[in-house]
Amino acid sequence: MNTEDRFAGERLRESPFHPRQSALNLREAWSSWNGYKFADYYYDAEYEYFCIRNTCGTYDITPMQKYEISGPDAEAMLNRMVTRDVSKLGINRVTYVCWCTDEGRMIDDGTIFRLADDRFMLTCGSPSVAWLRKSVLGFDQVTVRDVTDETAALSLQGPTSCTVLQQMGLEDIATLKPFGIAHFPFHGGSLMVSRTGFTGDLGYELWVTPELALTLWDVLYAAGENYGIHPYGETATNMARLEAGFIMPDMEFNEALKTVHFEHDHTPYELSLGWLVDFKKPHFNGRKALLAEKQQGPHYTLVKLDIEGNKVADGSWLYSDKACRKKIGYVTSAMWSPSAKANIALAMIETPRLNGSVWAEIYYEKELRYYEKVARCEIKDQPFWAPARARQTPPPPF
Amino acid sequence: MKKYDAIIIGAGHNGLTNAAYLARAGLDTLVLEKNDYIGGAAVTREMHDGWFYSSCSYVCSMMRQAIHRDLDLSSHGLLLVPYLGTVNFGDQGQRLIDYRDEGAAYNELRRHSPHDADAMFRFQADLGRYAQLIRKTLLRTPPDPTSFKPRDIKELLFLAKEFWSLGEKELYEYVRFFTMSAAEFLEDYFENDLIKAAMASPGIIGTALGVYSPGSAYILLHHVMGDVDGSVGAWGLARGGMGAISNALCSAMQAAGGEVRTGAGVEQIIVKDGKACGVALESGEELYAGIIVSNLDAKRTFTKVVDRKDLPPGIYEKANNFKIRGSSGKVNIALSGMPTFSGVPDNRYINRGGQGFCGSLETMERAYDCWKRGRWSDDPFVESVIPSAWDPTVAPPGKHWMSNFVQYCPPELADGPWTPEKRDAFGQSVVDKIARYSPDFKDLIVHMEVRTPHEIENEVGLTEGNIFQGELTIDQLLFNRPFPGYGQYRMPVKNMYMCGSSTHPGGGVSSACGANAAREILLDLKRPNTVPQDDCYDE
Amino acid sequence: MNRYDSIIVGAGHNGLVCAAYLAKAGQKVLVLEASAEPGGLAATREFYPGFMSSVAHSISSFSSKVIEDLQLQSHGLNLSGRTMDTIGMGLDGKHVVIGDEMVSGVSPEDARSYVELRRQLKRFAKALASFWMKTMPRIGNNSPGELMTFAQLGLKLRLLGKEDLLEFMRMATLPMRDLMDENFDDKVLKAALSWDGLAGSRLAPRSPNSPVFAMLFKMFEASGGMHAIPAGGIAGLVNALVGAATVAGAELRLNTAVERITVVGDESGLRVTGVELAGGEVIEASRVISCADPKRTFLKLLGGANLEIEFANRINRLRTEGLVAKLHLALSAEPKFTGMGRANNRMIIAPTMDSIEFAFDDAKYGGCPEVPVMEVLVPSMQDPTLAPAGQHVLSANVMYVPAELRGGWTDEAKSNLLQRLLVQLEQYAPGISAQVIHAELLTPHDLEQTHNVTGGHWHHTEFAVDQLLMMRPTYEAAQYSAPVPGLYLCGAGSHPGGGLVGAPGHNAAREILK
Repeated sequence: MNTEDRFAGERLRESPFHPRQSALNLREAWSSWNGYKFADYYYDAEYEYFCIRNTCGTYDITPMQKYEISGPDAEAMLNRMVTRDVSKLGINRVTYVCWCTDEGRMIDDGTIFRLADDRFMLTCGSPSVAWLRKSVLGFDQVTVRDVTDETAALSLQGPTSCTVLQQMGLEDIATLKPFGIAHFPFHGGSLMVSRTGFTGDLGYELWVTPELALTLWDVLYAAGENYGIHPYGETATNMARLEAGFIMPDMEFNEALKTVHFEHDHTPYELSLGWLVDFKKPHFNGRKALLAEKQQGPHYTLVKLDIEGNKVADGSWLYSDKACRKKIGYVTSAMWSPSAKANIALAMIETPRLNGSVWAEIYYEKELRYYEKVARCEIKDQPFWAPARARQTPPPPF
Repeated sequence: MKKYDAIIIGAGHNGLTNAAYLARAGLDTLVLEKNDYIGGAAVTREMHDGWFYSSCSYVCSMMRQAIHRDLDLSSHGLLLVPYLGTVNFGDQGQRLIDYRDEGAAYNELRRHSPHDADAMFRFQADLGRYAQLIRKTLLRTPPDPTSFKPRDIKELLFLAKEFWSLGEKELYEYVRFFTMSAAEFLEDYFENDLIKAAMASPGIIGTALGVYSPGSAYILLHHVMGDVDGSVGAWGLARGGMGAISNALCSAMQAAGGEVRTGAGVEQIIVKDGKACGVALESGEELYAGIIVSNLDAKRTFTKVVDRKDLPPGIYEKANNFKIRGSSGKVNIALSGMPTFSGVPDNRYINRGGQGFCGSLETMERAYDCWKRGRWSDDPFVESVIPSAWDPTVAPPGKHWMSNFVQYCPPELADGPWTPEKRDAFGQSVVDKIARYSPDFKDLIVHMEVRTPHEIENEVGLTEGNIFQGELTIDQLLFNRPFPGYGQYRMPVKNMYMCGSSTHPGGGVSSACGANAAREILLDLKRPNTVPQDDCYDE
Repeated sequence: MNRYDSIIVGAGHNGLVCAAYLAKAGQKVLVLEASAEPGGLAATREFYPGFMSSVAHSISSFSSKVIEDLQLQSHGLNLSGRTMDTIGMGLDGKHVVIGDEMVSGVSPEDARSYVELRRQLKRFAKALASFWMKTMPRIGNNSPGELMTFAQLGLKLRLLGKEDLLEFMRMATLPMRDLMDENFDDKVLKAALSWDGLAGSRLAPRSPNSPVFAMLFKMFEASGGMHAIPAGGIAGLVNALVGAATVAGAELRLNTAVERITVVGDESGLRVTGVELAGGEVIEASRVISCADPKRTFLKLLGGANLEIEFANRINRLRTEGLVAKLHLALSAEPKFTGMGRANNRMIIAPTMDSIEFAFDDAKYGGCPEVPVMEVLVPSMQDPTLAPAGQHVLSANVMYVPAELRGGWTDEAKSNLLQRLLVQLEQYAPGISAQVIHAELLTPHDLEQTHNVTGGHWHHTEFAVDQLLMMRPTYEAAQYSAPVPGLYLCGAGSHPGGGLVGAPGHNAAREILK
């Protein structure tokens, strides 16, 4: 411990990108993520949000947890742990997965990178060391290594992101398909690029060793200078992901292992992630419980709502009637979508009520006076933001 | 001659709580205290010039907030301040700091073990779940499982419903948790020795069990089920020391018309025609009342204060077999300055909580082995706290007082009775242990007071100095406390009740026993029940 | 290919009981046993030319229902011999002799208390008796029949009367030390009586919660837990079980180790198909019933990968570390114990409860007890065929010998322990060392190797409240069927538990035949 600094223990850890990011964090707006100091926003969250949608932005995903899972049993071990079929994942491909308790309650979601036949990287928002250790029992030839601190990672998202990477000298980057991985030599080390992200837009994630972090930053920002590159924080991320319809822990779901009350956690079906559950696999954790859940239908279903008016439905109850007699659900995340010009939300609704009408009881404030309104909601099948460029290879010019 | 409605024997916090509720219900209530000061084990006493020691109990988290609020204790001067920043010291000089901030706390755990840093989240959730269920029972009178009375059946169903709502898996985990050892419970989550030791230490405080003894997991829970302002497991200091709690309760009781008499030790409970009707004081004076409530422990009550001939057959034996074992010691130290601890920065966030000299599970268990053999350990488990770092009222400015709780200390030594020399040698073992981690500690000592179970019993009256008024093992919990068949505060002698920690829910400065006993008394007297049953915080 | 209805892994006594029931019901049953003799820990082996012994050396509560159902008497079981007293050995040659409802060698007060306590315990044991032979319901499964089991238990306990019921609720979780201190003064009596609550478990006299249950479990039969050796020794029981099973048509293959339980998976999930033997031979069956311990069954034979993650971890955390070593002595003559006639009873060498507690303290940290405590029999006194004429076998259960010794079980460590045991025995039977022709010491580690029992644990997994009833071995597998269809458990790791009882085998068979 640093004896010079009496408060060293209280301070949060700093990511390898911190020197550059802190210089730009004009409002000193920091929060914390997995023990790291982590930007809420830099100066103006809405500006940062529009960089994601209009030019491109970088988001520090160093605090995200990363595990290297390797060995002859690595595939089998992951395949038993997650609900999706990992054996179908090609080398240098990424897949979005979730994993559940024996009872089929969702522990967390994340992505699996297949780096070789017998080597994977699992990333997720919260620490999973303990669950991984439990999951390894029964597999003799697999090693799990926490590589969070040996990896610096930056997400680069937005329409100009591909061009910026090309400017940086990654010529072939345009041919990288969504959920693909490419490796490039980089200043004596290597740079891994995956076409992944959490904004619903065209975007990449860049992975290097911590020593190369600042070089990466400098090279990237030099390349992006004319393409509107700008760092963004938690607030802008949360806006972008909500438009894209992505779920967040502590918003849409409680991680099952951290849930105190019985069934206050969720199943993938409740979170509309049933498409991640592959019953063609003979065995994976929670299979029996999930099969039962699938057959019975989940109690709740997560939906995207388009709500009339412009009053944000944060924390609103949902009803089946305008008179608010029958409660049928609640809003988990809500915002005004600056791009779609829509009053949007994610919400949990009792599954049998999905086909009826939905009304949100919204409380809002106007100059310290409080008002209440009941707004009609429409359930949407598609995300509020899903540009074609996010799926196209090569991506179109911005 | 004046006859009271109710006499409460012992002005400990439960006796005062009980009296406060009885007085509020309009009963003519008198509390008798053998010492010249009130509070029992929740006292603050100036034992060295300008230093005010919470000489027995020293921290608080179990105080029922419903009672705090209901009796308006804050307007009677009570302020409970949560503390954190406890430092735990390992055998190999490792330090584990309990930071207030979640991110800093995570990093600190991760420094010791990334696995355990992750596992802590689940541990906290699980412990929170266990604590929550138990907490719901604290202010309820335990049902008699053999009874078919509607109220007992209703309460049994309440317990069953709460239990059932855990869901199948957790229900089993709960049963398992209840019967297992603290060490085994922790082994299931953690790999790091110091983390396990730090988490296990509440499992042995005050009990004649070791970290490896089945049943110690429950003791752990008993210590962490309290909360301060909804923060589960948080501990607090009472401004002005633990006596502030007793003083506030006494003040509330007096405001409601109750009386207290100090220096009035009770020699015997007077029983006529099978009914308790008064007490004979040590002075020879006799006082009469409609009901007699004993806040003394069960063993003392039935083997010393009630004449054996006044008891139904079997009760004396039951009381004699009541497990109330001396296992703890206390060393109160006045310091001329704040001690420094090797490798621990001194800042406003650290050391304002406690210091846990826990070492490792094995060190703690070996200390228990010594206790079993009638010795104290040279490497004891010590839980310390320096309240003066936060509380300006308990020591002169710039000076400090340090409370050191020691587990284990035998009530009787294998090599003959306790003597002042042996007591001091025991105290020295504690000082030596702390000094291993704090080079300047010994030089700062201004005054020191050492308590073995012997001293605690002599002053407070707790048999063997047992801080819980009886072991918290399943055979003495819930409807088994203090004895099967007498779990509802009514005692085998008519018009006699018990309200101390020998009754459900047991030890700790919770006021729950006293309040629950008041509920039963008011019920018997057909008075409106004013005792809260649920706590303010529902999580 | 030969296809079986049921394959039973392990010819331990429970495996044989289960096999006999299934075969009697018409199933085609194959029992596979890795060693050369059937019986598992009850198998009788020649440990020195002419000297025989079994690890389990006496019977206290073998199920009378099993004896009757399987007509074991007609297969040669003879339990009519005398029951043994338990003798608390005093160092001074003054011993405490404990019989069913009488005790001698103690004060009249203690003798009276003993009778009272014994009767009370018998009442409790009787109230619980029928539950050891029942399947414990799964709480999540509220079928009326299963809830009835609870209702019956509640009723039986309630019928004890209010006083007894209240006392039961208190006593059930008491440590042995408290139970003994509440009732007796005599140190030797207290130590000897507490033995039955502790033997085989990671518990000492001061450990709460489980020992009284262990004691009551051993008392569930009419014998009240009195120990006996059948005619022909323990082999008499094993042979009768083999007889009952094979006559009913079950096949028994010895020297046949099962390598793994085979599983197939398709869209309907995983399913057990049979077993693969060490040599690679695959045998198919509609179901596999494992008499092996739960850890071995699930983690080794089935493979943790085929299980749910938390289930596998729950199995993995079971306390399976045995703490009992077995001592076999080949003696040149009848041993003479001070202050005693013939050594034809069960002798407890543990002069005080502290001596038991302190022996346990050493084991807690992975050490061997400085002063060991043990239960000693001379089985050849009851069954002369176990040793050459005029010579004898001494068999002892030595408590608190860890499976994993700090520093490992080296030859030196073993011989040190053996020396300590002989020194200890010599104090009670002066001259016995000189009679020793051969000594065999089996640590729990050795038992694990020789009998394929994880941790060398008698009970497969500790007999403690958190691992009992509907939690044995864990709640998902407590009804004898495993989470993977086609796999069942019938060993001591299932309800009600270990010891020569036969109940798990009986209960498993009933579930399978349902």
